[in-house]
Amino acid sequence: MAKKVLVVDSDENIVIALDFLLRRAGYEVAVARDGEEALALADSFAPDLILLEAALPRMDGFELCRRLRQDPRYGECKILFLTARGRDIDRAKGLALGADGYLTKPFSTKELLEHVERLLTAGAA
Amino acid sequence: MQARWRFALAVAVLAALMTGPFVLTGVMVWADASGEARATLRLLAGQWLPLGLLTTATGFALGIALLARLFRHYVQGLLRMAEGLDVLRRANPGFRVPEEGPREVVALAQAINRIADERDRLLAGLDERVLEARRAVEEERNRLAALMAQLAEAVIVCNAEGRIILYNEAARRLERAFGAPATAAASGWIGLGRSIHALLDPDLVAHVFDSIDALRGQGEVHPSMQVVTATPAGALIRVRVSPIAGEAAGEEISGYVLMLEDVTDQIEREASRNELLFELTEGNRAAIANIRLAAEMLHLPDVDEAMRARFHAVIVREVEAVSERLEAASRAFADALRARWPLEPMRGADLVRAAEAYLRRRLDVALKLEILDEELWFDADHFSLLQALAFLAGRLVEDYGVRTLRLRLSGDDRLVYLDLMWSGGSLSNEIVTGWELEPLGLGGTRSPLTLRDVLERHGAAMWFDREKARHRAFVRLALPRKRSVRRLPPPATPAVPTTQEEGRPEFYDFDLFAWSAEATALEDRPLTELSYTVFDTETTGLDPAGGDEIIQIGATRIVNGRLLKHESFEQLIDPRRPLDPASIAVHHITPEMLEGQPTIAEVLPAFHRFAQDTVLVAHNAAFDMRFLQLKEEKLGIRFDQPVLDTLLLAAFILPNQEHSLEALARYFGVRVFGRHTALGDALVTAEIFLKMIPLLAEKGVVTLRQAREASQQTYYARLRY
Repeated sequence: MAKKVLVVDSDENIVIALDFLLRRAGYEVAVARDGEEALALADSFAPDLILLEAALPRMDGFELCRRLRQDPRYGECKILFLTARGRDIDRAKGLALGADGYLTKPFSTKELLEHVERLLTAGAA
Repeated sequence: MQARWRFALAVAVLAALMTGPFVLTGVMVWADASGEARATLRLLAGQWLPLGLLTTATGFALGIALLARLFRHYVQGLLRMAEGLDVLRRANPGFRVPEEGPREVVALAQAINRIADERDRLLAGLDERVLEARRAVEEERNRLAALMAQLAEAVIVCNAEGRIILYNEAARRLERAFGAPATAAASGWIGLGRSIHALLDPDLVAHVFDSIDALRGQGEVHPSMQVVTATPAGALIRVRVSPIAGEAAGEEISGYVLMLEDVTDQIEREASRNELLFELTEGNRAAIANIRLAAEMLHLPDVDEAMRARFHAVIVREVEAVSERLEAASRAFADALRARWPLEPMRGADLVRAAEAYLRRRLDVALKLEILDEELWFDADHFSLLQALAFLAGRLVEDYGVRTLRLRLSGDDRLVYLDLMWSGGSLSNEIVTGWELEPLGLGGTRSPLTLRDVLERHGAAMWFDREKARHRAFVRLALPRKRSVRRLPPPATPAVPTTQEEGRPEFYDFDLFAWSAEATALEDRPLTELSYTVFDTETTGLDPAGGDEIIQIGATRIVNGRLLKHESFEQLIDPRRPLDPASIAVHHITPEMLEGQPTIAEVLPAFHRFAQDTVLVAHNAAFDMRFLQLKEEKLGIRFDQPVLDTLLLAAFILPNQEHSLEALARYFGVRVFGRHTALGDALVTAEIFLKMIPLLAEKGVVTLRQAREASQQTYYARLRY
């Protein structure tokens, strides 16, 4: 069964491009445009990995990450920040809140897909 | 006994001595003789007595003459000498005792005159030494004052208790940063004898002083501390504190030196640089991410036309956005972008003239100046720019044999051009660029800087160009032009009437080192040690309860027995009501002068601050205090300082005189300037008050309590009449 990836970003172009790229790489993809939508989708869609922008409307990515990590249902779910927040302090914060990886924009699509792949196979092993 | 009587007595004694033994012998012979012998005696006497009388009289006359001579020379001579000595001692030091009379008297007179000469020499030496010492002190004082005035840093010296002993003009200028109103001439922040707690949070001050103490305890010889503190006005002040004490470990700290600097701008610049950096890095992240993602998407073979078009549009839009952000940032942060070398605004013409002199001393070249605009300003590190010009000139002279150089200054809206021009010979920009990397140095002096360093420091550029028509070549230094040169206005100082001999204002009083306000209660401290605010008000009329208002407050300070004229306070006040024409005739303050002036609600708190920790003094203080006190409740301030009234004090020491300010000024020899301006009257009152203090002391009034009791007596006395 195809692994499920939830893309959370408010930027429409990012969402469309990631949706296209991830489907092309063989994943099942759902998208959310803000933190609350993402929280709801996490419940129904049950993703294996969440690609998360830190700067989100309504609930920011850090808060979303914190909530997901507190919920035992998402214990197996990987969280990968893909964000325009590039300061070291933001990276440290994201990882401290339980993210499995922290990529900053701009990013290379190749690297992103490799990273997603690595996280998902590591989770399966 | 007078000399005349003594002379008469001496004559009588002489007479008695000359005649007495003869008469006595005669009487005894007469008494012993028989009747026959007596007859013989009578016969003999009748025959010889006239001769005897004659010789005796002659002898007596000779005796008197001798006696008179002795008297004139010894008795009267010595008395005259004594009077002469008094004159010499008291009235006329140049007087000398006449050296006449007998040898002994002359010897005495000579000895006296020698002593007088010696005394004069000693006195002259002493006077000279006193003058010398005074001159030296005066000179040192002036040097200190000049030095302090020259310092760009604000310097305040305080004693261990935090009372200000010394400050400079720069410190006064800094008062604004602490929130001193721009209108009031002097505020209560910085002044001799005032506490630095008015400026700096007492906890902060205690913390800094304690930390320095601790550092000294750890054996640090020159401990100092630096803190940045925010003022109520929102400025950021950096304070560097060092103690004043001997270097011995146990020696007590007698005071502290505080160097203050307004770093608000500096920190704002820092913040704006950070903002710029953030804007340029983090702000562009999302946009560049979109561009990169779109570029990579476009690269994929299986992307359909619609998506291709979409991402093409993303690239175009985001690149535009990034460009715009870049432009906006470089516009907004132009200042922050420039290298942070300390640059001072300077006028191009001044630099060119300085450069001319600098080059003349160093190079064998004919120089001509061509200043096309006198008012071109830029920010410059003066000396490194001079070095750069000298380096370029040196190259041209030494490597290219240029014999005549023209220094031209011109400019346009944005840039200032410094050109080194010569006729003929050509260069290339490659050579000029090569020069940029060489260390500056001329005539053996080596500078570690390169021309490029200097250019970068000034945000400047350099190139070679030609004016073909005039057959001139030039190397051009282009610097960013400074549009507005903000010159700090000098702080408003009240027009204090001064006389020539009073000299410059004093910003220090080292006697305050030994000053401790808390030693005894205020009431029992001597009048000579207290700080006073001597003030006067001008009003719209005489009836504060009936709505009359203050239109001017003038005040000056007395600290340690000295009148601090330069720490005066003078402010006009808009009374928000019409002026009584009768009062205009007294104070000459017209309604036009009051237009736009602050209201009492703004001025009174400033005056309250000015007068804090002092004793208030006014002539007929009750009148002025009524005006102040009527405002207390509304403005939420209280004038609860002790008050002394020169009118009541004058009535105490001079009960039989007139007590108006004019009369007292006449009596005490106080010169009156600008009467019926509040500050003018306050200054006269202050000088009168200072002259009263010793007279009060003669009457046993030494402390503030005694002065208040004495005032009360006269107050009741005046009531009774």
